[in-house]
Amino acid sequence: MEFFIISMLNGLSYGLLLFMLSSGLTLIFSMMGVLNFAHASFYMIGAYFGYTLSGWIGFWPALIVAPLLVGACGAVFERVTLRKVHPFGHVPELLVTFGLSYVVLELVQLVWGRTAVEFPPPEILRSSAFTLINHSVNGLSLVWGAAPAEMCSAADAAVRVVCSPFPATRGFMMLVALLMLVSLWLLLTRTRIGLVIQAALTHPEMVESLGHNVPRVFMLVFGAGTGLAGLAGVIGGSTFVTEPAMAATVGSVIFVVVVVGGMGSLSGAFLASLLIGVIQTFAVAIDYSFLTLAKDMGWALSAATQENSFAKLTLSQVAPILPYLFLVLILIFRPKGLLGTREG
Amino acid sequence: MSAYALELKDVRKNFGKTEIIRGVNLAVKAGERVAVIGPNGAGKSTLFNLISGRFGPTSGDILLNGQAIQHKTPYEINRMGLSRSFQITNIFPKLSVFENLRCAVLWSLGYKYTFFKFLSGLKDANDRTNELLEMIHLDKKRDVLAVNLTYAEQRALEIGVTIAGGSDVILLDEPTAGMSKSETSRFIQLIKEVTVGKTLLTVEHDMGVVFGLADKIAVVVYGEVIAFDTPDAVRANAKVQEAYLGSPVADSQAGGH
Amino acid sequence: MAAVYKFKPYNVGRWVIWSLFALVLVLAPLVFTSNLSVTMLAQMGIAIIACLSYNILLGQGGMLSFGHAVYTGLGSYMAIHALNAVSGGKLNIPVSLLPIVGGVAGMGFAVLLGWVTTRKSGTPFAMITLGVAELVFAMSLMFSEFFGGEAGVSGNRVAGEAFFGITYGPQIQVYYLIAVYTFVCVALMYAFTQTPLGRILNAVRDNPERVEFIGYNTQRVRYIAFIIAGFFAGIAGGLGALNFEIVTAEVVGAGRSGAYLLFTFLGGATFFFGPIIGAILMIIAFVLLSELTKAWLLYLGLVFLFMVMYAPGGIASLIMMNLRVAKFGKLRQIWTSYLGLGLTAIVMLAGAGAMIEMVYHLQLNSALGDTVKFMGATLNAKSLDSWFGSAFVMLTGLGLFELARRQFARDWGEIQTDIEKEIKRRETAV
Repeated sequence: MEFFIISMLNGLSYGLLLFMLSSGLTLIFSMMGVLNFAHASFYMIGAYFGYTLSGWIGFWPALIVAPLLVGACGAVFERVTLRKVHPFGHVPELLVTFGLSYVVLELVQLVWGRTAVEFPPPEILRSSAFTLINHSVNGLSLVWGAAPAEMCSAADAAVRVVCSPFPATRGFMMLVALLMLVSLWLLLTRTRIGLVIQAALTHPEMVESLGHNVPRVFMLVFGAGTGLAGLAGVIGGSTFVTEPAMAATVGSVIFVVVVVGGMGSLSGAFLASLLIGVIQTFAVAIDYSFLTLAKDMGWALSAATQENSFAKLTLSQVAPILPYLFLVLILIFRPKGLLGTREG
Repeated sequence: MSAYALELKDVRKNFGKTEIIRGVNLAVKAGERVAVIGPNGAGKSTLFNLISGRFGPTSGDILLNGQAIQHKTPYEINRMGLSRSFQITNIFPKLSVFENLRCAVLWSLGYKYTFFKFLSGLKDANDRTNELLEMIHLDKKRDVLAVNLTYAEQRALEIGVTIAGGSDVILLDEPTAGMSKSETSRFIQLIKEVTVGKTLLTVEHDMGVVFGLADKIAVVVYGEVIAFDTPDAVRANAKVQEAYLGSPVADSQAGGH
Repeated sequence: MAAVYKFKPYNVGRWVIWSLFALVLVLAPLVFTSNLSVTMLAQMGIAIIACLSYNILLGQGGMLSFGHAVYTGLGSYMAIHALNAVSGGKLNIPVSLLPIVGGVAGMGFAVLLGWVTTRKSGTPFAMITLGVAELVFAMSLMFSEFFGGEAGVSGNRVAGEAFFGITYGPQIQVYYLIAVYTFVCVALMYAFTQTPLGRILNAVRDNPERVEFIGYNTQRVRYIAFIIAGFFAGIAGGLGALNFEIVTAEVVGAGRSGAYLLFTFLGGATFFFGPIIGAILMIIAFVLLSELTKAWLLYLGLVFLFMVMYAPGGIASLIMMNLRVAKFGKLRQIWTSYLGLGLTAIVMLAGAGAMIEMVYHLQLNSALGDTVKFMGATLNAKSLDSWFGSAFVMLTGLGLFELARRQFARDWGEIQTDIEKEIKRRETAV
């Protein structure tokens, strides 16, 4: 039971991280029609900036400064490069962000090296947010913070106690993601600039002829989107690992999220992020394969089937491909995406 | 074999909650030339989009030579003998004039998706393309890339691509849009020449063109056809006068505003 | 109507070009005789087929694929399994025909995966190719029987019966096999561009919506083109399996797909011969440039960015544009601008390169001391002087380059207007 709760929470936190990334991507795509191939690269820069800055000014200031720096980088890139390519169409825009992903990767390796760096979370987040204790006699109980050792073991051999901690970093991730989600929603629906953005989402020329500086709005949105990615990077980098490969690992997943959720749909991205986050987290932890399932169900299998490599595959081994399998299935059965409204 | 080349039966189209086409009934005989007129926003282009398959009606039937074509894809409808042109020139910019036309004849000559015959060896396709080039008077611009043509030349190419496949029913969406007076009259002559014997529907705003070209006029207002008759009858029709001028006119004023 | 003569001196030109191409393929290893050269030439042949097959999608069809390596890679895997079957006596196909096995495999996977992939176009299509590529790559780590796990699958190309005494043991024999396939495949792919489907594919690239209104199912066109591209990709993969005698998971990886995209675009997607240039550059970059400097991927990325911004037609389009300028006799006016551009670029790159080399030296070789040699000068990676010097050189170069670029743009613009006027003049004079 506690396994389910903790895994669910872990899955949701990973999904929310994915949403932090894919929301920026969706905003930029909806707004400017360009799919930012380098979005995960800004995530990576955020983590590295966070790493260096927290060494100089501490984690909490870095949490604020790093995303701002990343956003500034994004805005500069938009101004200098993307804007130049904009009149050529969407394919060159995609290509330019593709090239940027290479350049960013190489620059990061140039400055920080090719191996992972130690980016620890701040003191306060290093232990557990709470611990679930499953006592075979007393039932399920919750303890804030880390549970002391005595509570996790029982003197009596017949009593089984299992302690499942929920890391504080994960909890913090969820908190930041939710805060970001709420402020984004408030910004888009309640502020003037939000209204302008929403209008420019579908009718950029009209908005421009009304006197708004649409290129500036584009630059702002691109900067904001990449800044969000940077924020996700600081949190993701300190929770997981900060290394040059981090862009590639999460990069393809967020594209899957965006296509599965429906291109241009924020709510679709939210749904798809959570779905993929939860499914992947559960899958990684489950060691069941078709064979174990058959054994549990009492099915008799031939020797050939038992040797089959498909049958021997555990769900945890298959976990990495689940998002892509999902992508293929969605494309076959619901090409518009879960909540998609526009054709890409 | 239906009496009508094109029929619309109680066709309706809603976008969300907005009714754009509100029950259109129309029956066009083979060989008729129909001008579709009406105020801006009346739904004329939407009608064309419905007929040609760009999107499907919310309800109602569209029949081409007696066969239902509503909800069919554009290419299915084209293969059944209907072609359309576009108000905003819709050609293949990076192909030459010759290639543009040749692409448009390929399916009608049965070449489909073949990739083991050379284009240069397809005598019937090349002959037909040369024929079309002369018809639309662009034979001197044979190898010019479509994007480098003048506006009027591009419109001529647009017509060429539309009639290339030999469809019997042709829809022209504002073919003379953006042209000067002299260009327009030459263009109308071109349209008359290339659509001999075909059923023609054209959306037009220029009344001079309309009265010179059309056998019948369909007046579309607010998503409905309020009149479908000969030009003189339409001119005298009280409902039409009301729609255009606000109130019926006592005696028939000369048309062409 | 007077008889229309179709005197096409161009036809003679066509024979000349193809004969020259064949000649180059035959004579190249006799000019570049070192082992390294022959290895590189063999790889170039394979790359040419792969990049041309990629351009069926990108340049001819307007389909941006991030996962072309899936089809070359799976072709490689099938070919090497077939090779092992031949070695083991279970299959009786001559080794020379094994690349066709790769081609059929590539085609088969394209039939399967392409149906899902070509349901969309444009940006979603690109994302789907990425997803499918990741799927296949992730699966390669899961199914070790087919994919060979970490070590990959190896084979021995000296298998079966010798073909007129050719065993494919020596590299040079493999080169000539590749050369034959390269010539045939290039010819076939060129022929494809002259067929109805090839032309309609171009129309789909230019205006997919209009194609539907002239009777063609756009999705079907894309699907068939995808399959054809997959066939040639598989052939390239099969040749690769024979050439290297080992196939590892990276052949279906994102890095290789990215390389195809990068270099096909760099070579020029809008002309048929563009990807050939790109393929040659790809092998030179991977084999030679990577030895020269650790930062080669960075330089490559920057060059790519530059090309997308300023020369989206690639090197092929640059060549053609300059040929046009030369044809109108205007090359003399612009060569000084080119010189200025080139010199300032070199200065800028020298400064940037110096700094990059120093950083790499600090990271990787600091045990060997503080100095690093760069372009004949000795730089001290730990001294401020070297850093300031390099930065100064780079920034000056950057500034001068920008000035040169503006001047060049002015000159180029003038020449283009002159040429346009000349063309109009010739048209009306006729």
